[in-house]
Amino acid sequence: MSKVLVLAEIQGDDVKSVAYEILGKLSGQNVDVAAIGSIPAGAAEKLAKHGAENIHSLKGDKLDHYTPEGWSNALKGFMSDKGYDYVLTGATATGKDLIPRLAGMFDAGMASEVVNFTFDGGTFAGTRPLFAGKCLAKVEIQGPKPHFVTVRPNALGMPESENAKAGATNEASVDAGTIRAFVKEVVKGASEKLDLTEANVIVSGGRAMKNAENFKILDELANVIGATVGASRAAVDSGFAPHAMQVGQTGKTVSPSLYIACGISGAIQHLAGMRTSKVIVAINTDPDAPIFTKADYGIVGDLFEIVPIMTAEFKALLG
Amino acid sequence: MNIFVCVKQVPDTETKVVPNSDGTFIETSSIKWIMNPYDEFAVEQALLVKAANAGSTVTVVRVGGPKDTEALRTALAMGADEAILVESADNLDSYMIAKALKGAIDKSGKSADLVFAGKQAIDDDCLQVPQLLAQMLDIPSVSVVVGFEMNGTKLNLKREIEGGSIEVYEVDGPALVACNKGINTPRYASLPGIMKAKKKPMAQHSLADVGVTDADRRVKYSEFKLPPEKPAGKKFEAMEEGQRAGVVKEVVGLLRNEAKVI
Repeated sequence: MSKVLVLAEIQGDDVKSVAYEILGKLSGQNVDVAAIGSIPAGAAEKLAKHGAENIHSLKGDKLDHYTPEGWSNALKGFMSDKGYDYVLTGATATGKDLIPRLAGMFDAGMASEVVNFTFDGGTFAGTRPLFAGKCLAKVEIQGPKPHFVTVRPNALGMPESENAKAGATNEASVDAGTIRAFVKEVVKGASEKLDLTEANVIVSGGRAMKNAENFKILDELANVIGATVGASRAAVDSGFAPHAMQVGQTGKTVSPSLYIACGISGAIQHLAGMRTSKVIVAINTDPDAPIFTKADYGIVGDLFEIVPIMTAEFKALLG
Repeated sequence: MNIFVCVKQVPDTETKVVPNSDGTFIETSSIKWIMNPYDEFAVEQALLVKAANAGSTVTVVRVGGPKDTEALRTALAMGADEAILVESADNLDSYMIAKALKGAIDKSGKSADLVFAGKQAIDDDCLQVPQLLAQMLDIPSVSVVVGFEMNGTKLNLKREIEGGSIEVYEVDGPALVACNKGINTPRYASLPGIMKAKKKPMAQHSLADVGVTDADRRVKYSEFKLPPEKPAGKKFEAMEEGQRAGVVKEVVGLLRNEAKVI
């Protein structure tokens, strides 16, 4: 049995759901959860139900907003006398930036963005995509402990059964130390929706969208089914959408439950970025487009005709 | 001002990746190597800073196999002043690469005022080296940077986070900046640039020279394999107006009742 720390990220009155996904795979280990800030009571209850022994809310000056130095200094201090063998967290924007620096402070190894893992005999072994998902490999960590792991959101899925543990809540004060790169302000993006990398449903548009205006019809579909809108590299390079929306090898790699590709032909670098989606729907006028080889449901048709009908159909279905 | 840029050489994005016969890595014999696309933004930003700060030098550093030096030659042709190659196998882990880069910067005898890198390499997609290197150099780092301004030693950096939101960082003094698409438009290497690049200095070190040994390996990969192929899906013809409503209704029904994702 290993001693594991799961780092959670507070979001509204809960924590980001990837923490629960990770907990679901850790039964049999001795697991604590920590987050910077105050873990909401409701979230603490849920974390306990999913296997947290101790739940630590870490508080200190200059930690309200994420900074790489402040948060890694604080966590290093908190962890120093706890003897954790492993630290796991979600491969979110914060997790991806924070964990390498923190691992560096311990001279320790890190496995990035695993999509599955086991803890046989208390030892971590993970699976992760490389080359944007063109292949998979087994990843193991060696050298000084703790070992660090980030887990791709949505890849594990929510645990089906509960594994209730004590869930003792604790507040610890931590020190942000010296911060040389600090955040002056945060400019909110236009979209209040989940980021592509965390979205459970994605509607993406390709070159066939023809212009930025036309993405409105994808927004309408996305609003009805609670999706985040993405784009192919061709659409981004043509100026129809910002790079933040790009799915593929030089954009974001995504694993939603449902991916709806509209007017995307399916270049190898795009397929690499979305092939781990659970269910793929493709809409394209070209019956030979490569995207159809990856689609669970392919519709050979004009997206400008099909998408509005689909939006209306979902609206009727979901009320 | 001493500016360093870390570059990596990666398989072209159109490469069909095939695991090697014992599954320890991929087949590399017929790969076309390119500079990691995000590193082009790093090189460009370094050149822009150099242009605005007379007397600056831009040194590009790469850790990797010596067979093809495409990435370094491209950077020199774009306008970097000198290059350092640390020769190694292609499958080092992030910790070893960061340590080798640190060792190469130390060995150059110059203190790094600014370090640029791409936000991630598109081969192993680890997104670790910039943060690790900054930690080893004891300087701050900001990653996924889409906006860069410099006033004296003060940097104003825009980091892209979830949903297209931006964190605006203020940094004073030496720092590592990991660049994302959007920060600038990389220049193409000109023909005179390519000719000049051939005469620019390129230092070569072994891993041992920069203090990296096998004991530094932290991450071990094995069992490289292709992702499982999906069974063929269902395809519906809906080019004609009369087909559309029925096909969409059927697919929506399948998503609800068969795939159970809605």
